[in-house]
Amino acid sequence: MSTVVFAAHGMTPAERLRDAGWIAFVAFILGVPLIGLTTVDVGGRLAVNTRFGLLAAAVAVAFGGRLALRWAFDRLAARKASRQRAGSAISRTQTIANVLGWIALGAAVALPIAFSDNRYVVDTATTVLIYVMLGWGLNVVVGLAGLLDLGYVAFYAVGAYAYALLSTQYGWSFWEALPVAGAIAAGFGILLGYPILRLRGDYLAIVTLGFGEIIRVILVNWTEFSGGPNGIGSIPRPSFFGLAFTRSAPEGGHSFASFFGLEFSAMHRLIFLYYLILVLALLTHAFVSRLRKLPVGRAWEALREDEIACKAMGMNTTHIKLSAFAIGAMLGGFAGVFFAARQGFVSPESFVFTESAIILAIVVLGGMGSQMGVVLAATLLVLIPEFGRNFAEYRMLLFGLAMVLIMVWRPGGLLAHREPTLRLAKAAGGEQ
Amino acid sequence: MMLTMEGVHAHYGHIHALRGIDVSVQVGEIVTLIGANGAGKSTLMMSLFGNPRASAGRIVFDGEDITRLTTHEIARRGIALVPEGRRIFPRMTVLENLQMGAAQADPANYEADIARVYAMFPILQERQNQRAGTLSGGEQQMLAIGRALMSRPKLLLLDEPSLGLAPIYIRKIFQIVRELNRDHGMTILLVEQNANQALRVAHRGYVLQHGEITLAGSGAELLASPEVRAAYLEGGAHG
Repeated sequence: MSTVVFAAHGMTPAERLRDAGWIAFVAFILGVPLIGLTTVDVGGRLAVNTRFGLLAAAVAVAFGGRLALRWAFDRLAARKASRQRAGSAISRTQTIANVLGWIALGAAVALPIAFSDNRYVVDTATTVLIYVMLGWGLNVVVGLAGLLDLGYVAFYAVGAYAYALLSTQYGWSFWEALPVAGAIAAGFGILLGYPILRLRGDYLAIVTLGFGEIIRVILVNWTEFSGGPNGIGSIPRPSFFGLAFTRSAPEGGHSFASFFGLEFSAMHRLIFLYYLILVLALLTHAFVSRLRKLPVGRAWEALREDEIACKAMGMNTTHIKLSAFAIGAMLGGFAGVFFAARQGFVSPESFVFTESAIILAIVVLGGMGSQMGVVLAATLLVLIPEFGRNFAEYRMLLFGLAMVLIMVWRPGGLLAHREPTLRLAKAAGGEQ
Repeated sequence: MMLTMEGVHAHYGHIHALRGIDVSVQVGEIVTLIGANGAGKSTLMMSLFGNPRASAGRIVFDGEDITRLTTHEIARRGIALVPEGRRIFPRMTVLENLQMGAAQADPANYEADIARVYAMFPILQERQNQRAGTLSGGEQQMLAIGRALMSRPKLLLLDEPSLGLAPIYIRKIFQIVRELNRDHGMTILLVEQNANQALRVAHRGYVLQHGEITLAGSGAELLASPEVRAAYLEGGAHG
């Protein structure tokens, strides 16, 4: 019928239409009793009403959906085939990690819809995502550049306090403060980076540990600036494009609920915060994945592998280290801003060494440098103590035991596989 | 003159590792530096690279005084190092390693340079997507040389390239050194413990002892010299 043939594996358009037609027919048969006919209460007795408009819509959706699905599957198969032709077989681990990633993303997007009335689940998931973001940030420093940082929580604190002060003192909004706080954290990253350029390994770890403590001790003692141990309270919450999550709309304006004609619910803000950190985390992921493929990212990895060789290649290791610290710190700062906005309150209590240790544990347990590993490890490390609540005082014991077991079972981390940043060089393919 | 070192001294902390070194390399030459363990061969190579920086004396490369430059600045002047122990990036793939070698080079040359390295070392192309740490010692040495060539250096420094390799690879490496010089006109400074083989490929050689040059001459002269024979060749490999 049609002369257009797409590809060996594909179907002609006529075949596709026929295929979709069959599905639509099945949908119609099923739809007549399910959708087309409905019972209504007419004056105390049941009557049958028809809803053929809705049925037609459902059948049309089935038809269109089937067409789109087939098309998507064919595209996917074609891409897979072309990859195999290119001879660059994607490793099995990578395929698994990819599939896992998409499932995780789907679950993350669907979670607040499925649990829209469960405050506990959404709250815990938000915490997981904060740790994922922190893990990704620290991954730049530890996983990629190989610089052991035990004071990462300092940048988290810098971001949180930057937002707390900018918003309470100067009335900055969340979105105004976010980039500035990130930049301030990056500045602190460079500040830390300079004195430790010549250090590595254990010595580096000790200095970073000291740096984390210095920041915390300053926050505790400089009362006029940071509020000391009392912290800073009533930090404004982020708004949805200027719409606040309040019960009553401000004068002459709208709140989120009134604007969308919804009934006020405290869950709106929680779900909004959840999606906010999800978006921030995804941006972080995209940013870091992109950097890994750029010269700066490859330079980080080369630095982790061998510093002397790096210098001999003419790379400026000073710049490489500082950029790793600055970018890691900036991402930690972003997470800090979110943390402050979510809690509405910050105090030095939240930025103790244990936090640094947990973030580092997430990176190491996940597999140094592995983005998916961080997600797995963050989920585990946040959820284990949560599930462990039944065990009361033993729960931290459980937490430690789990960490030991993971390291025994997978010494390189949960996902230790490192994916190359490039596969086949086009120019090299045809050589000899 | 491609490279001259005049009265170069270097220290590691309190240890006076180089005591007034005079070495020169001309364009198109293979110059070798032989000596026992701890004589200062690698120190000489590294101080040429500003790590440790020479505490006295002058190092001139291609008409420019590089004594005070930092390591990466020196590398960008056109000196490439194949470091002792190879120091490839083990978790990165072969191709990524080569790419790191070209980090400071003109990207326009990248594809041609990759092709040139693959033509020289076909095994690297076969293994290009493999992690470099999984290569054998000899293959890693080829990768280290290939990586250094990616920056199109004017001077190639080879630090103990035969160290820890199987005999078949040792022969292969020296053959590569000779070919690089003869076919590609590469100027090479070669540091070796394997005095016999090194002096055979080199145009000229220096003998280093306790941080000082004790003998200098053409490869053949040194190979024939009784001191060299006694110290480095007797009882060793006769080729």
